[in-house]
Formats: sequence, structure tokens, C-alpha cells
Amino acid sequence: MIDFINYYLIPGITLGSIYALGAVGISMIFGILRFAHFAHGDLMTTGAYIALTAVWTLGLPALAAIPIAVVGTALVAVFLDKAFYKPLRDLPSIYTVIASFGVALILRSAIQLLWGTDSQVYVVGFQKPLIFFDSLRIALRHMQIIAFTVAIAITLHFFLSYSKTGKSMRAVADDPELARIAGLDTEKIVRWTWIIGGGLAAIGGVFVGLDTDIHTNLGWNLLLPMFAAALLGGIGRPLGAMLGGLIIGVAEEICTFPIMDIEIISPSYKSAIAFIIMLALLLFRPQGLLKGRVL
Amino acid sequence: MELSGLFFYFVSFLTMAGIYAVICLALNIQWGFGGLFNAGIAGFYAIGAYSAAIITSTAASNNVGGFQQSIFVGMAVAAVIAGLVGWGIARLCVSLKSDYLAMATIGIAEIIRLIIVNEEWLTNGSLGVSNIPRPFEGVFKGQTAEIVFVLFVWMIVLLTYFISHRLHKSPWGRALRAIRDNEDAAESIGKDTHSFRTQTFVIGAIFMALAGALSAHYFKYFSPDATEPILITFLAWVMLIAGGSGNNKGAIAGALIVWAIWSMTEILTGFLPSEWATRSSYMRMLLIGLFLQFVLQRYRSGLLPERAPKLDKLRRS
Repeated sequence: MIDFINYYLIPGITLGSIYALGAVGISMIFGILRFAHFAHGDLMTTGAYIALTAVWTLGLPALAAIPIAVVGTALVAVFLDKAFYKPLRDLPSIYTVIASFGVALILRSAIQLLWGTDSQVYVVGFQKPLIFFDSLRIALRHMQIIAFTVAIAITLHFFLSYSKTGKSMRAVADDPELARIAGLDTEKIVRWTWIIGGGLAAIGGVFVGLDTDIHTNLGWNLLLPMFAAALLGGIGRPLGAMLGGLIIGVAEEICTFPIMDIEIISPSYKSAIAFIIMLALLLFRPQGLLKGRVL
Repeated sequence: MELSGLFFYFVSFLTMAGIYAVICLALNIQWGFGGLFNAGIAGFYAIGAYSAAIITSTAASNNVGGFQQSIFVGMAVAAVIAGLVGWGIARLCVSLKSDYLAMATIGIAEIIRLIIVNEEWLTNGSLGVSNIPRPFEGVFKGQTAEIVFVLFVWMIVLLTYFISHRLHKSPWGRALRAIRDNEDAAESIGKDTHSFRTQTFVIGAIFMALAGALSAHYFKYFSPDATEPILITFLAWVMLIAGGSGNNKGAIAGALIVWAIWSMTEILTGFLPSEWATRSSYMRMLLIGLFLQFVLQRYRSGLLPERAPKLDKLRRS
């Protein structure tokens, strides 16, 4: 049982936290701008590499480099919107989806050009896990990732519920026509969507780097589970997306837990779990768990 | 010697462009006619490549194989398997809205990739399948074989074009475009939209698999690393949009032009200083990504925009 918690549940929650941070942006962009942003994973990669540069040049620890990564990635996201998505905004959303595929490729090849393709790490060396109650083992990095994500979820909740910008964002996600007639500044809301989506993606990217390593396919590999998470939480429901991320992350890790010493699902297929959850949702409950929009 | 070198460079260019033209025509059936956003092209391509490779190659020690069937049997098997897989997927996913279909098809391509990497008994895992024959290998040798192969590829391109052209002109194609442009209206006059879409997806999947089979015969070796899945999917999309989605000639023209640009960037990045040379392929990716953005913003309907077939035959009847 304790093995289940140490080696399956806690890594699952950690992975889920990372998915959650990416899924927030996907859900908000889908809800407010009405398109599936296929370059979101590569925004995470961008954040991870900006933090890596800060670690290299300023000698900061990875966690202290997060603000730099957030600002840098948010700027990149706002720029991408201006350059590539805004010119297509009045067309059917499928054009923007195709453009975002291209942006994913552009971001990744730019990263490969600037930083090369070798895997990198923020900190070299093995971290000894902390041991509680004699048998509960948690790695420090897992505790940091989970704690930060919880803090972000609480902040996001208060931002969306009480701040003017947050409330406007929810209004646009619920009914864009009504929001525009009511006189909300849509462009400003779009800008904030990219700042928050990009910033949180950057934090997620840095967490991936902390948890494992940093490589140029880091974000793209997370894209499908993050879409699944956004759908699970309901499109346009950022906190739902975080919950969705957590569920997908935990599901991916614990599904490989051997029951009576038999592995039902081989670990090499665990990334298919997210896809199966996503397909089931699309077919049977497209509004997700928290009644999101069906676009 | 210089001239013949150039000639065979051109032959290899035409071979790859032809393989992409088949993919592009297949995507045109799915997206151009039917409005189905398939982002998992690489999955069907891989099914085709592996089916053909396993059926035609000589005995292998680690995986099933050694059937040594003829190329045509291999291609038929590739088409049947891809058609069945495509049918299963289409039954489930084809009525999803475009963005969701894109997610679903990416997921399917990913699962196909996982199966290929993990099921070593079938595909020899990351080591891949080797000893894949080329058509008419026994008859033609050396450089003649290259020319025979490029002719073979373009025969398949013409066949695909002909079928696609007939489909486009037929009542079937007309119904499909009606469904694409206004699903509710098409349904109201009794068109079974789900069944039409499923057929479209299956036909596209079959031709994507044929393109995969062709490249397996061309490379004579196929492994998960032989091709970059995202590159195939992405290039096919760039080709179709640049050439003109909905137009079969546009699909072929797009494949030729974009493959020419892609090949030329290889020459261009060859001039880069040597410390950049190892990164030249990323530079090419970056350029092709920017090219797509340019086309999307300026020439959205492509080089040869879609044109509905002439209606005169209809009026006479």
C-alpha cells in the first residue's frame, strides 16, 4: 500500500499538477478565443528553456527563475497572438488551428536552433527523498511542484471570482456576443488570456524540468493529456481544467499499478490512457465534468 | 557526369514529391472535399509502410515476416488494413467538430506510434524492418531502377488523381461538398452525413497507406525513426493549403512546389557556417512554419483555388 502511495500516487499528483498548469491555458484559449491551441505544449518548452538560461547566466535556482520564465513566455504568447492568430480571427476557427500547428513547429525549431537538442537539467545530482512516518517517501521537488500548483489554483480562483479582468474573462467565455454588447474590451481580455495562459504554461514547463529533464519535445509530448484535461474539466472552466489535469495525471500513473503482481496495462502504453479518457469524453460527455461549453 | 548527377537528383526529388502528392491527394479527399481535419496522417502512412514492409520483406529473425509476397499484394494488404483501421476510427470520431477531430486523430497517430515502437514481435521495435524489395528489382538494376521506380510512383499518383477526380465530379462528391458547407441543409434533404463522412475518411486513409507503402519500398528499410511523423503530417497540410484545398490539380501542384521549397532550403542551409550546419534541419522547419503562416494570411485559397465541376451535364439530363 505504501508503495502505491510512494511510487504511483505522488508521482501521479506531480504529473497531474504539471498537466493542470498547461490545461488552464488551453481551456481559457478554447473558451475565449474559440480554438484548440496546438502550440501550447511548445509554450511550456519555451518557458522551461528561458528558465534554463536564467539558471545558467544568473546562477539562480530553478524556482527563482520562474518569474523570468513567466514574463518571457507571456511576452512570446502575446507576440504570437499578434503576429499569427489575430490576422485570422474573423475566419472560421479551423484556420487558426492550422496556424497554431505551424506555430508549434516554429517555436520548437527556434528552440532547437537557439539551445540545441541535447537534454538538459536544472540541477545535477540525485536528490534524496524526504521520509515521513518511517515509510512515506516524498521527493522535495514533488512537494515543491504540488505546493506551488495548489497556491496557483487558489490565486486563480480569487482572480477569476473577484477581479474585474477575471470576471470579464469568464463573461467572454460564457457568451462572447453578450460580453461584447455589454461593452467589454475584448482585445484586452484576449491579451490577458495569453498572459495568464502563457505564464502558467511556463511554470508548468519549469516543473517538468525540475521533475525530469528539459528537452525540445517536452511540451509537445504533454499536449494530448493537457487537451484531455481541459475537456475533462469543461472548456472555458480554468479550475475545472486543473482538476482535469490532476485526474489525468493520477490516472496515467496508477493505471500501471500491478494488481496481485500482474501489470494490467504495460507502462509503455500509459500515455494512451489520456487519449482513451479524451475520446470517451468527446463521445459521451463533451461538456466535461463541470459543464463547460460545447463548441 | 555533372549533368547525370543533376538528373538523378531530379529523379529522387520527383520520387519523394510523388509520394507526397499521393498523401496530399488523400488529404484533399478528407479535408478538401469532406472538411475532415485529419492531424494523424503519419499514423496511416506508418500503417501502410509497415504492412507493405512486413508482407514483402524476406525472413526476419525477431519479428513476423518472410512472407516475400509481391509488391502488389503488399500494397493491397496495406490498403485493406488502413481501410479497416480508418473505418473503425471514422465510426467513432467522424462526427466530431473539426478541432476535436484534430485532437482525436493526433491521439490515434500517437497510439499507432506506441504500438509500432512497443510490439517488437510485429514491427521489430525501434530496429525496424529491413530487406524491403523495390518493384521490378529483378529486371532493372542500378540507375535504371531509380527511373523505373519514379515512373511507378507517378503511375500511383495518376491513379490516385483519376479516382479523386471521378469522386469530385460524381454525385457522391457533390453530396460531400454539400455536407461540408452546410451539414443541416444536406441532412434535411436526406443525405446520411455520418455515412458519407465515414466513406471519405476511409478512402483518404487507404491512399495515405499507399503512400506509406511506396516510401517503404523506396527506402528499402523502415523504422520508427525513418521518418519524422510530425513533419509528414505538417508538410502534407502546408502542401494542400498552398496548392489549393478542394482542387486535385492544386494538391499535386502544392506537393511539387512545397517539396521543391523544402529541398531548396536544404541547399540554402548548406551555405551556413559550419557550426550551424548541424542545426540546419531546424532552420528548415522554422522556414516552412513561417511559409505556412504566410500562405494562411495572404493566399488562403491556394495556388489553384477550388472550383465546382461544370454543371452542363446536369442541365441536359
